[in-house]
Amino acid sequence: MSDQTPIEEVGGGPSLFGPPRAPRGREEGTRAALIAFVSTIVFVVVVVGAILTSDAWPAVQKQFFNWERFVEVFPDILGGFWLDIKMFLVAEVIILVFSLVIAMIRSLRGPAFFPLRALAVIFIDLIRGIPVILLILLLGFGIPALQLPGVPTGALFWGLTALIISYSAYTAEVYRAGIESVHESQRMSARSLGLTQGQALRYVIVPQAIRNVIPALLNGFVSLQKDVALVLVLGVREAVREADIYAAKTFNYTGYIAAALLFLLVSVPVARFTDWYTNRDRRKKQSVGI
Amino acid sequence: MTTPKLELQGVSKAFDDKPVLREVDLVVAPHEVVCLIGSSGSGKSTMLKCVNLLVPIDEGSVLLDGADITASGVNANQVREEMGIVFQAFNLFPHMTVLDNITLSPRKVHGTRKAQAEDKARELLEGFGLSDKVDEYPDRLSGGEQQRVAVIRALATEPELMLFDEVTSALDPELVAEVLNVIRALKDDGMTMVIATHEMGFARDVADQVCFLDQGRILEHGPPRQIFSSPSEARTEQFLQRIIDAGRL
Repeated sequence: MSDQTPIEEVGGGPSLFGPPRAPRGREEGTRAALIAFVSTIVFVVVVVGAILTSDAWPAVQKQFFNWERFVEVFPDILGGFWLDIKMFLVAEVIILVFSLVIAMIRSLRGPAFFPLRALAVIFIDLIRGIPVILLILLLGFGIPALQLPGVPTGALFWGLTALIISYSAYTAEVYRAGIESVHESQRMSARSLGLTQGQALRYVIVPQAIRNVIPALLNGFVSLQKDVALVLVLGVREAVREADIYAAKTFNYTGYIAAALLFLLVSVPVARFTDWYTNRDRRKKQSVGI
Repeated sequence: MTTPKLELQGVSKAFDDKPVLREVDLVVAPHEVVCLIGSSGSGKSTMLKCVNLLVPIDEGSVLLDGADITASGVNANQVREEMGIVFQAFNLFPHMTVLDNITLSPRKVHGTRKAQAEDKARELLEGFGLSDKVDEYPDRLSGGEQQRVAVIRALATEPELMLFDEVTSALDPELVAEVLNVIRALKDDGMTMVIATHEMGFARDVADQVCFLDQGRILEHGPPRQIFSSPSEARTEQFLQRIIDAGRL
């Protein structure tokens, strides 16, 4: 029962640098690291050299990597990117709560809850079947055009609402997978103690479900963090829109690169964190005996 | 004659047209201990879940203290407060400490104040020799300790009927005794219990009545002495012979 192999010696899970490796001695490890290091240096030198010495490079540099242009456009793009970040944060919080409610409704059992369950399924199916961009256009241009009294008309508001609706449908499915991954006995145990369905979900099933799907939720974060830029179709002046305006004015695309760099600055760390968390979580699970 | 604590009248249940229980009748007197024996798939587990209303029955009725709890309009949550059930495995909530596991139902279902629920939980843990595990998470406990905590958790709401569904089947052999001893202690306290078990020696010791289930029917029932030494049904005899051959009796 307790004679598990210590996990650390198995060579860890898939790392950034390749598939899991077989255990090996210290000397062999040093040698492998040295080979990896040298071959990486050679590879980078060859590729970078090839790019910089090619005939097309000067033109590419002027269009995409122009320092003066970069300095000129960067403040606007940074301002736009700050808006992207704010949109992301607001949307994400609402999505995490709203989609959990949908997933819980979908997980209710018993014939009495059929209409609610059906509603949740229809919502998820419909929304997942529509391109996000279409939903953004539909709400962002459509609803303000109705000029309903008391209804907000801001492009930003409706663009964000469209994103929230769309992502909630996907995230609800993530939560549902988590809820279904919790062993049936847990639900039975909870119900047998007299807890209602709702209480069982709230105190027993959902806390475990969320723990199981944190990596998938983090992936959703990365995705949304980039997709907030889609509201640019409504004229919202976020980072990509600012870069677009600059490109249209000057026929120079350095602004796009600047925007891309800003997005990378946020999304890469989150992606790395997701990997790290997933690996740690799996190791923890493996080290607990069944 | 006093009202039986629990009574099953012609209870039938099928899963997707596959009958699991066929017209099961059973009477359990107050303070009586009934052991259900029989091979896997004979319906022991389903029977207990039907009593706890975790599985709705197709036909018949279940009476608790003379009242039909399978009638329509009965609040299943209220019924479940009157009885405790412990399953084979995965009983405890892994994201909660032992203390939180035990106090969840008293606090959320019965509205007991936190301090009071915790005092009671500590008292129970001490009684079963688990005082030092109060703040542990379930994955830090042995299988036997987990099952003992599961029993305590079921007792925390002061049920008058306890159901045990093969609570030692998933345990290492050396951990079985500690869990069975807890059940023995409950018998000494006069708890009414229905126990599905593969531990024949235990059933012989502790049961007032043994029921042999075969293909969803109670084929034979009676005092353990009679069932184990002179079963009247050939199927019972075959089953017991296989257990003896396996060295388990």
